[in-house]
Amino acid sequence: MLSLNGIGKRFGGLTALDGISFEVGKGAITGIIGPNGAGKTTLFNVATGIYPPSCGAVLFEGKDISKLPPEGRARLGLVRTFQNIELFGKMTVLENVMVGLHTQSGSGLFACSFRMPWQMKEERRIRERALELLEFVGIPELADVQAGTLSFGKGRLLEIARAMALEPKLLLMDEPAAGLNSGETAELGDLIKRIRDLGVTVALVEHDMELVMDICDHLVVLNLGTKLAQGTPREIQDNKAVITAYLGEE
Amino acid sequence: MRSDRIKFIVFALVVLLLPLPLSGGYLTNVLIFVGINGVLALGLNLLLGYAGQISLGQAAFFGLGAYGSGVLTTQFGFNPWVAMVVVALCVAVFAFALGFPVLRLKGHYLAMATLGVGVIANIAFNETVDLTGGPSGLSGIPNLAIGTLTFDSDLKNYYLVWCFALGMILLSLNLVNSRFGRALRAIHDSEVAARVMGVNARLMKVQVFTLSAFMSAIMGSLYCHVMTFISPASFGFGFSVEVLTMVVIGGLGSVYGSILGALLLTLLPEMLRAFQDYDIIVYGLLLVTMTIYMPGGLVQGIPALFRLIMPAKKGSEVGNA
Repeated sequence: MLSLNGIGKRFGGLTALDGISFEVGKGAITGIIGPNGAGKTTLFNVATGIYPPSCGAVLFEGKDISKLPPEGRARLGLVRTFQNIELFGKMTVLENVMVGLHTQSGSGLFACSFRMPWQMKEERRIRERALELLEFVGIPELADVQAGTLSFGKGRLLEIARAMALEPKLLLMDEPAAGLNSGETAELGDLIKRIRDLGVTVALVEHDMELVMDICDHLVVLNLGTKLAQGTPREIQDNKAVITAYLGEE
Repeated sequence: MRSDRIKFIVFALVVLLLPLPLSGGYLTNVLIFVGINGVLALGLNLLLGYAGQISLGQAAFFGLGAYGSGVLTTQFGFNPWVAMVVVALCVAVFAFALGFPVLRLKGHYLAMATLGVGVIANIAFNETVDLTGGPSGLSGIPNLAIGTLTFDSDLKNYYLVWCFALGMILLSLNLVNSRFGRALRAIHDSEVAARVMGVNARLMKVQVFTLSAFMSAIMGSLYCHVMTFISPASFGFGFSVEVLTMVVIGGLGSVYGSILGALLLTLLPEMLRAFQDYDIIVYGLLLVTMTIYMPGGLVQGIPALFRLIMPAKKGSEVGNA
């Protein structure tokens, strides 16, 4: 689905990523783990086009997308959520999801200003679909609330609904459980499994090991900008190098 | 949706009935300029209040509209209506081409670049003496006319200008409450998130910049035909700041707020003639005070004040659109 081929990223003298290669398999949940500063978020930023890589290539469904801007990648079905939740704070919850439906609609400046019949029809369709998505993540009652006033947990759910609006083929989630309590984290785990069951491939960066071991089919471990190991959760738990990176030498 | 429509109809009725008790007097004349300034503020508000991109060069597009129409009708014998369309389209193409490099900049840099465009345009109006008459101005511009109806009185011009203004207000209301408007507000709140949602932020910023230039150019054309005389002094940096002040005072991200801001800032100088030479200081003070104490502008500030004075009733309503 998504292949990273020898991705490197330098910020001035700092090497954040050093030749990372791996593949995110279709239909599965892939977890990307590693200690702080391992380069996980940077890797997501490179994969979604927010930073250009210093070297290497990003392939999506076999196509080289390294030169594509974020909006172009979103249109192909490569969508992400953010570690610190990037909502449109001054807009309502429903409007946030409706922005997510931007690529699923096409009315431009003229059709919108003149309220063309097809634009009105499209608007109704977007609104209905957005409500469905809020129901999918379980917050339909918050539709008219201003997004900036949501709690962190609800904001996370809204961000997922908004991302799902794009009908992603691959959903990248950057620390979805960060800031959630254990009850919310468990619900999140179920939600991510439901998303996978819809046929969406999921890759997530996560520190919450319980969640990772519970939902991930496949794990990639990063450390200091390099790939340390990859395999099933079982294999990773027994991997010597991983244990050393997390806990240090004995 | 329905309440929005009723609001607009009430507003339009007020606008259409307002001149009747004034019987074509001095106030009617002032209200013509409220209409013109209102649309200029509205154009900037779409760019600044919705998409979050500043422009300190709105006077340039207004001036290009005015000079374009003025020169084409007086020197080249164009029909004023044809000139208006041709000029507005040319200004739109110019703004579109300009927008791609300029809107790559953000914040202060964008302000400086658009300011530069305004200054260059003003120099051009002053220096191309053969075409524009230079600093002494361009006179003898004909009034607009439909058949035998010539727009030569304040009352006729009032209805002419406000028909355009009402049309543009209605289209803007439609726009901001649509897919396009939502995408603009999304860019304002978080450009990176908007792009990740598949919004082509760069193109949309250029489109709304072009739209604001187009609206300003149309108003420039109307202005030159209403005044029949124009000079570069009306299209300087000071006027760009004035339009910006209207937007901030009225309310960023509010269509009606733009009109309210234009109303106040057009009436105010008439009342404070004594401040004439210090007007830019007054605008500066107003801008600073408003951004500190009423960041939502008057459309949000006035209801908030009422709530402060009379905190009795619950269930507040926030003015939007």
